[in-house]
Amino acid sequence: MRARRLLPLALAATAPATTALAQQRSAVVPGAHDALLAAGPQAAHIGALWNLTVFICTAVFCAVLIGLIVALWRSGRGRENLAPDLSSIGRHERGPYLSVLWSVGVSIALLLVLVAASVVTDRALARASLDNAITIDVTGHQWWWELKYRGDAPADNFNAANELHVPVGRPVVVRLKSDDVIHSLWVPSLAGKKDLIPGRTATMSFRADRPGRYRGQCAEFCGFQHAFMAFEVIAEPPAQYDAWAAAQRRPAPEPADATTRRGRDVFLGSTCIMCHAVEGTVAAARKGPDLSHVGGRSTIAAGTLPNRPAELARWIANPQDFKPGANMPATALSEDDMSALVAYLGSLK
Amino acid sequence: MTPRFVIAVLLAAALAGCYREKREFQSPPQTSPPDVVKASELLPGDRPALRPGSKPTPDRSHLDENAYAVNQGKRLFRWYNCSGCHGGGGGGGMGATLSDAGWRYGHEPADIYATIVEGRPNGMPAFGGRIADEQVWQLVAYVRSLSGQLQKDVAPSRSDSLSGAPPENERDTKKPKPEAPPSAPS
Repeated sequence: MRARRLLPLALAATAPATTALAQQRSAVVPGAHDALLAAGPQAAHIGALWNLTVFICTAVFCAVLIGLIVALWRSGRGRENLAPDLSSIGRHERGPYLSVLWSVGVSIALLLVLVAASVVTDRALARASLDNAITIDVTGHQWWWELKYRGDAPADNFNAANELHVPVGRPVVVRLKSDDVIHSLWVPSLAGKKDLIPGRTATMSFRADRPGRYRGQCAEFCGFQHAFMAFEVIAEPPAQYDAWAAAQRRPAPEPADATTRRGRDVFLGSTCIMCHAVEGTVAAARKGPDLSHVGGRSTIAAGTLPNRPAELARWIANPQDFKPGANMPATALSEDDMSALVAYLGSLK
Repeated sequence: MTPRFVIAVLLAAALAGCYREKREFQSPPQTSPPDVVKASELLPGDRPALRPGSKPTPDRSHLDENAYAVNQGKRLFRWYNCSGCHGGGGGGGMGATLSDAGWRYGHEPADIYATIVEGRPNGMPAFGGRIADEQVWQLVAYVRSLSGQLQKDVAPSRSDSLSGAPPENERDTKKPKPEAPPSAPS
């Protein structure tokens, strides 16, 4: 929690010229980003290993400090005008051999305990039940997350971006791929880090046992906007998740009024159509996030901005103001066209 | 003039020649574009473009001296499926070959810009209003690298995926020459 309070400070330090923007785009993803707050069995195993390591290291550190203090306390005190006491040089000592033996033995024993704990944790993670799991293909892009939910039948598949909804209590198998460079998926409350490597498929699994919003972040430096490649895992009760998934499987809703109809025409008649997809329209490009249900997401641009009309309009007008180097170009639209487009995107729930 | 002094002066002179390439993320403000004549009835999507396309103002052809812009052009060449017709390395296919010396509609950057924005008969769609001006200029720069028109240190040296074509920076500079457009199929 403290890290989240420090985030605005760090942002302000790195981008003094855009402090206002930095304050605006920090604290956007509301979920917890906390490695000590385990919300599932995988994170709990890793948390237990962490606690044991901290306990042992603390004990060793304290023992060394106490030994040092005792040695200093017991050592003879010289005076400025006295010659140093060199009588111990050449004298045969017995005591030190025993203490060296003891410390080596204790060190080996503690290291073995840590190795054993690590192996046990690995085995526990590998043995975690995957019965009735849902499968999601996650592809890392500069700088956002593409999500493909895989069902039993092709009709059950659907695409989303940057917001990973999962049912509480059901295991989730995530298959990780990358479209460009190496990324790393990290949701500290649910599991450890796993790299997304171009040309390979990695697998990780987790389970959320408590409903809530858990923040995730790319944990491998991947270019200019690595820091703004966040996402969110939203763990919901199964019934709520099923309703969400059913809604995601449907094509994007038809525009209901004149404004949103015009917004759709702007979308299909502008640069948007070259990269984005909206199911149910001719927009079917897969280079940018799928926007079929973008109105239901709480953030845009991979957790960079809140998904509100004003921010969305500023983002579309010039993404380079917020994420310099992002692959989305600036789009000059008249005020009416922009508000219609924003209304249309907001209506895609 | 000791040798050490000479070396120091030479090093200082060499240092002065170094510069770091600037990556331009902010595109210049778009001027309200005049409607251009479309030379093609094809266009991506099923709606008329919102902005019908623009004349090449401001001229951004200097991006062909910027390795970052040329590489962005290379990415867009794949993203926007130029490679679908013109081939992955510009070797041609359904569309014209871009890696040879012949140019049907002009080889100057402004000509290539107009070809992308207006489209051309027999299959080249009009991308005006669909591809942002800045990106069109990046594509123009990359298209010129395909026939070796750019400096070796600017043209891309590798691809992100398997590619049969030689890298763009190892291609011989082809001297552009005009080529007659094919006659329309009767």
